[in-house]
Amino acid sequence: MYQTNMYEGMLAETVMMHGHQGDLINAYFARPLGPGPFPSMVLVHHAPGWDEWYREATRKFAHHGYATISPNLYAREGHGTPEDVAAKARAGGGVADDQAVGDLAGAMQFLRSQPYSNGKVGIFGTCSGGRHAYLTACQTPGFDALVDCWGGRVVMAKEDLTPKQPVAPLDYTQALSCPILGIFGEEDRSPTPEQVAQQEAALKQHGKNYEFHMYPKAGHGFFYYDRPNYRQEQTVDGWKKVFAFLEKYLA
Amino acid sequence: MCTMIVEQVAIEGSGKGTSGWFPVRQANVSYDHPFDAPLEHALNIDFVNEAQGPGARVAVELSEASARTLVETILAVLNRAEAGGHLETQISAKLR
Repeated sequence: MYQTNMYEGMLAETVMMHGHQGDLINAYFARPLGPGPFPSMVLVHHAPGWDEWYREATRKFAHHGYATISPNLYAREGHGTPEDVAAKARAGGGVADDQAVGDLAGAMQFLRSQPYSNGKVGIFGTCSGGRHAYLTACQTPGFDALVDCWGGRVVMAKEDLTPKQPVAPLDYTQALSCPILGIFGEEDRSPTPEQVAQQEAALKQHGKNYEFHMYPKAGHGFFYYDRPNYRQEQTVDGWKKVFAFLEKYLA
Repeated sequence: MCTMIVEQVAIEGSGKGTSGWFPVRQANVSYDHPFDAPLEHALNIDFVNEAQGPGARVAVELSEASARTLVETILAVLNRAEAGGHLETQISAKLR
């Protein structure tokens, strides 16, 4: 934990990295200054895009000692303001699951190749990013911890499957190879508490290491301080649980 | 987005964006998370011209009630215009 007499410095910048099928995409990268070794995190932005909240979150993780990268999953949509680009992605039904998983696997490789890596990499995502994080940690070996914050559509009915989302992430649960922390709100409608219970049951059935927290009086996206669903008390506790979990598995 | 409920429709007209007027060629209608409206989900309409890039966009984010009222109002106005013989299609037909 940071003490007031400690030196602190970080480098935060946009970088280029190789994603799905070797495509070059841009990413936001923040790391503590110094030789390390540092644990690393991949941050998966939410449906509203690669926005300011995710830049702030990337620096927050770096402040807590993690070399952290947040790839722009909408890089192939063209460039503009984060909202305009996210609106274009929304109109197209979002990004394809295999493309997102490829980009996030590329981000993990980027982190593992850094000379200051301690060899441990976690993945964190909110909203659609929680779903993508879950999918990636199930489909890609090499992650040591997963944080799924209110990832919707992990549990999917057959009629909800699309060419871009052909398989429900829940169906890959058996392949999950790292511990998972789940943060949810009981007033959320995607995922509903019933869907979270299904996800938890699947993790239990397959003998996975999981820790789920369902917060009362909280709905979807309750960490976002700039949205009406923000819940201060639950957010403070949620962040504590996130960093305690990562300390346990990545330090 | 979390609901993934979206429809795209080809349209003709003009929209005024941050760089002024541009021809709109498509409307993207979704019921999903808004960027700004203080709602968890909203009826979002993006009037866009994809050929001009992601920035060629006029956006509105409406509550469900507002969206339904808007649809009814558009139809009511078109019906009045039609009753008065003011529609462009009616005028063109007369001139032929």
